[in-house]
Amino acid sequence: MKKSNEPLWWAFFGAGGALSALCLPALLFLLALAMPLGWIETPSFEAASGLVHHPLARLFLFALISLSLLHWGHRFRFTLYDGLQLKHLESLIVVFCYGGAIVGSIFAGFVLWQL
Amino acid sequence: MTQQTIALEVFRYRPEEEHEPTFQTYEVPLKKEWVVLDALNYIKDEIDGTLTFRWSCRMGVCGSCGMMINGTPVLTCAAFLETYQPGPVRIEPLANFPVVRDLVILMSDFMEKLGRVKPWIITEKEKPVAEGEYLQTPTQLADFKQYSMCINCMLCYSACPVSGLEPDFIGPAAIALAQRYNLDSRDEGSAQRMEILSQDDGIWQCTLVGECSAVCPKGVDPAGAIQRYKVASTNDWWRSKLMPWGK
Repeated sequence: MKKSNEPLWWAFFGAGGALSALCLPALLFLLALAMPLGWIETPSFEAASGLVHHPLARLFLFALISLSLLHWGHRFRFTLYDGLQLKHLESLIVVFCYGGAIVGSIFAGFVLWQL
Repeated sequence: MTQQTIALEVFRYRPEEEHEPTFQTYEVPLKKEWVVLDALNYIKDEIDGTLTFRWSCRMGVCGSCGMMINGTPVLTCAAFLETYQPGPVRIEPLANFPVVRDLVILMSDFMEKLGRVKPWIITEKEKPVAEGEYLQTPTQLADFKQYSMCINCMLCYSACPVSGLEPDFIGPAAIALAQRYNLDSRDEGSAQRMEILSQDDGIWQCTLVGECSAVCPKGVDPAGAIQRYKVASTNDWWRSKLMPWGK
């Protein structure tokens, strides 16, 4: 028997889980609550745009978005396998979950590149 | 004062008489000091000698008397009858295993999986007896001791939903026992076990539901063992892809 290639996807799943658990709540708090409700001062468009244009910020956003999507893909694959017991559709599910995450990542990369 | 009783709804399956399992209800005395296993022995001795079940030590050591009580896998020698008042108490054979008769399950599949992970100390070269014992510090012992508490009761296989869905999954106890030897400072067999556990049927079927650790009567944490093993297996995989020349 051959060793599984699951570690590839699991590594992305683990990295995405850790990164999104750490960063998404903070980003959501800032962008969806604190700034709109005026708890903290909202930066000017120029300042925010300048921040996002920084290569490190773009790299961070790309990592956050792509790894979160890959985390979703892996988790949703097993939700469909075990939760909905659709393992007979394995190939379709793999293409949908990881394919969706990869397409989403490429799109995010494209948008961040074009900024 | 009349003796208080409690009803036990016991799973019956007698393959020579019936094709489908049935439930039979027995009224047993509700004694404060009785565990469910005592009640089953009472049925066997006093009411119905045909009831079949496994048991041995009556003290949570042998791992023979695991059954489903009201849908949860437990050792019946550690489950006080009183806690199930007012009843009835539903007693079934361990889930996810084929039933041989009544409450007795077939464990040959588990025994085969257990052997596959080589749960013994593997050394490349045995030290001559004259050179003395293999010494181990308390810290080295602590690394694996928890996993050595497993009594092979198979409750974790019954609790694991993945074991139910994927009969080939090597399962929680076998992986925890593999870790028991991998983490032992005297052992040199982790690469051999990695070959087995890194396959699709090894650790990678696990989706970290965690029920195995929740039901373990000995405080072993198979779910934790599997997650640690996933990290080790992932490191091994990336190393083999990125540095194929290294061993």
